This record gives sequence, C-alpha cells and structure tokens, in this order.
Amino acid sequence: MIEIKNIHKSFGKVEVLKGIDIRMEKGKIYAFLGPNGSGKTTLIKSILGLVQPDKGDILVGGENIRNNWHYKNQIGYMPQIARFPENLTMTELFRMTKDIRKSVSNEEEYIRYFHLEDSRKKALKNLSGGMKQKVNAIQALMFNPDILIFDEPSAGLDPVSHIKLKDLILQEKSRGKTILLTTHILSEVEELADEVIFLLEGKIYFQGSVPELLYSQDETRLDRAIARITQKKTLTKYKNAGM
Amino acid sequence: MNSLAKIVKYSFYDILRSWWVLLYGLFFLAITSTLLYFSGDFTKSLVSLLNVVLLLVPLISTVFGTMYFYNSREFTELLLAQPIKRSHIFLGQYLGLTISLMLSFCLGIGLAFVVYAGTLEQSSHLFMLMLCGSLLTAIFTIVAFLVSVCFEDKIKGFGIAILIWLCAAVIYDGLFLAFLVVFNDYPLEKASVGITLFNPIDLSRILILLRLETAALLGYTGAVFEKFFGTMQGTLISFTALVLWIILPLILFIRKVSHKDF
Repeated sequence: MIEIKNIHKSFGKVEVLKGIDIRMEKGKIYAFLGPNGSGKTTLIKSILGLVQPDKGDILVGGENIRNNWHYKNQIGYMPQIARFPENLTMTELFRMTKDIRKSVSNEEEYIRYFHLEDSRKKALKNLSGGMKQKVNAIQALMFNPDILIFDEPSAGLDPVSHIKLKDLILQEKSRGKTILLTTHILSEVEELADEVIFLLEGKIYFQGSVPELLYSQDETRLDRAIARITQKKTLTKYKNAGM
Repeated sequence: MNSLAKIVKYSFYDILRSWWVLLYGLFFLAITSTLLYFSGDFTKSLVSLLNVVLLLVPLISTVFGTMYFYNSREFTELLLAQPIKRSHIFLGQYLGLTISLMLSFCLGIGLAFVVYAGTLEQSSHLFMLMLCGSLLTAIFTIVAFLVSVCFEDKIKGFGIAILIWLCAAVIYDGLFLAFLVVFNDYPLEKASVGITLFNPIDLSRILILLRLETAALLGYTGAVFEKFFGTMQGTLISFTALVLWIILPLILFIRKVSHKDF
C-alpha cells in the first residue's frame, strides 16, 4: 500500500510536481497517464527514492520513505529503458541482485516463461531491446514483491511477449499486489487498469476508473477522451494568457 | 558481507571485464621493465619512471574516473531501485574503480621489479613510488567523481576534470615558479613548503626525490624541503595532506550524491 501526501518537486525553475495526493491499495492496478513531461516518471522515481521531493511525504506500507531504504525490499521496478552494467551476463545480473536482496527468488520460472534460456551466458549489451526489456521484467518480478512498478513496460516488446507480460501483470494483481503502471498504449490501460490517474502539468487532473473517465468527457473511446482533456487544458491555458 | 563490500565486488568485476584496466597495468609493466633494463642505473630509471607516474597516473585516473561515473549511470540506477543505502552504492563504485586502478598500477611496476630483482633499498624506494602513485590514483579518481556528479553534461564534466588535472600537473608549477621569481627578495622557504602541500602531484614528487638523495637538484629551496620533509614530522604532515586530498572531496561527493535526483 502506498500513500502519497502533497508531493512537490522542482527541477531548477521548472515545477514538475505541484502537490500530488494519491492512496494506492492492495490488489489494484493504477495506470498513470498524461502527456510527455506531465510528471509521471518523476512521481514514480519519487516513490523509488531516485528523486527526492522538495515537500510532502510518501508512505510505503505505513513507513515514511525519507532517508529510508529498507522499504525497497517490498518493491519490484521495471524501468522505462533497459539499462544494465554492460559487461555482465543475465545469470550474473540475477546473481548480483539476489546477493543484494537476500530474499527468495524464482527467476528460473520467468526465464522459461519468456523463453530466455539460451541467453543466460550472453553479455547483456548484446541482447536485443525486447530481450533486455524481458530481463528487466524478470528483475522486477523475481522476488515476489508486494508492490510492482512498471514504467512503460511494453516498449520494444513483440506482440506475443506483450500479451505474456500483460497476463503476468493480471496474475500478480490477483495475488493481491499493488501495481503501478505508466503507459501510452491505451488498450493496455483499458485492459488492465482498475484506476486511471491522469496527470497534467504536475497535478492530478482526473482520478477514477476507465468508464468514469469516459463519462466525464462524454466520449465512448479512451483515446478521444484523453485527447479532449489535453486540448481543453491547452485552450484554457491560452485563454488565461489572454490569447 | 555487507552491502558496501558487495558493491565494491561487483564494480570491480565490471571494471576488470573491460580491457583498459589490463592495458593500464601492462603499460606500467612495459615502461618499468624498459627503463630498468636499458638505463642500467636504478636511480636514473626511477626518476624517469617518477616523471611518467606523476603525469600519467593523475591523468588516467581523471579520465577513467569521469568516464566510469558517466557510463555506469545505468548500473547506478539499477542499484538505486534496490534496497541498499545510497552512500554505499557510490562509495562502493569509487572503491571498486580506485582499487582496480591501484592494483594494475602496482602489479605492473611490481612485476617488472621482481623480474629485475633489485636490492632491498631499491625496493623501499620503489615502494614509496607505488604508495604515492596509489594515493594519486585515489585522489584524482575522487576529484573526477566529484566533478562528474556536479555536472550533468558529460562533455562539460570531462573538460573540467581535465582542467583540474592540467592545473595540478602543469599550471601550478608555472605559477609557483613565477611566484618565486617575483618575490625573490623575500624569505620564501616556509611559504614554498606551504604551497607545495596544496598540490598532491608536487607533494608526491618531493617525497620521492628526497628519498633518492637528489634533493640538491631542487635548488635553493631544496635544503628547506629536506629539512621539512626529511623529518618524521614532515613525512607525517605530507601524508596527512595527501590523505586529506582524498577525504575532503569524498565527503563533498557523498554529500552531493545523497541529495541528487536520478
């Protein structure tokens, strides 16, 4: 369970997050939507402690994460771009994270699931983008954490692997995990999300289920609804600027 | 094993996998053997080696330090999402790089000397050179790390780190000389010792030259240097200065890194 209380964050003069409050429960999938630069990744990185908010608190499982790192034991993170130490192989990478986390892991199951058996001994830099993405997913899932964070997980995955990953996400949800997801693929949102959190210019513009979002914008298709929100916001911005 | 030791271990592995640290060691093996065999005179070859070490060790440490810091960003981000203390991640990476550079430097020189089979006295001089080289490695690697964490832009960070090396290796000496010439009429002995303490490269040079009894070459301040650095107290102060050159940037680095966003 994650509680985010009034988070503010600026990079230099640019205010990226302007007071975000969210409560995320067990057994639900939360999809973070919003145009580029709306603060999705910054928010996720704040939960992971990679970015340190200027103001506000984040509680993970009731624990404040400020100056705390033990809570990361409960989190599995799949970053946007697959990034690894260049010279390691997949086996070595998993051995390293296992060595660091010291919890029970079941990476073999996932290696078979994604058919990566033959890539064990290859240097990670020689794997294709999609394969790296799968390694990334395994890294997030292998310790069976209570909270899973996927930052644009579908990027670079072929359609079959994409479906496989979605199945995994749904399976984890049924096991009572809290799942956070950012994506630009709206079919993914419709398929997976219990709750949509739409960020716009560092604030929560909308929070609710997909049907609620459609209803609020008086649209039948999610892409139209999203486009409408974004356009409306741009219009009011110009109006306020007197243009 | 605690998490710091683990990070050191894995950065160490990561670095040893690439060929350049090996090449660095091989270079020192080659140059030391060449100097020892072809010059015949141990002291002469040690002074030549000293000049190579004082120029190259800081330069290579600076270059590798910045490159490693910028290039291991992926590794860093991966580790930051894991349950490890932030300072341990960065301290571990620093130690991993420094130790591997020191090792290949010392092994390169040491192997050449073992094959050459020098005397005990010679080995003590060589040990001093290895110690100074290792300290310079630690100093310039942490300075490079500190510069890299301050500048998001790779090219800018790299440029500034090289500039710092250039200042310490070349420009400082020039300014020092100009200072001595301009204030020729004043008693500069104490001042010159003081100024030397602020440059780790000069400090290492003097520490080694004094052991070789070539202090006469240092000119009129040489006697003062000998009087200061030759004593137990002087040696202690110089090593303290070198260690401070590691510790102060390290503290700044850890402090900077603990507030950084990734």
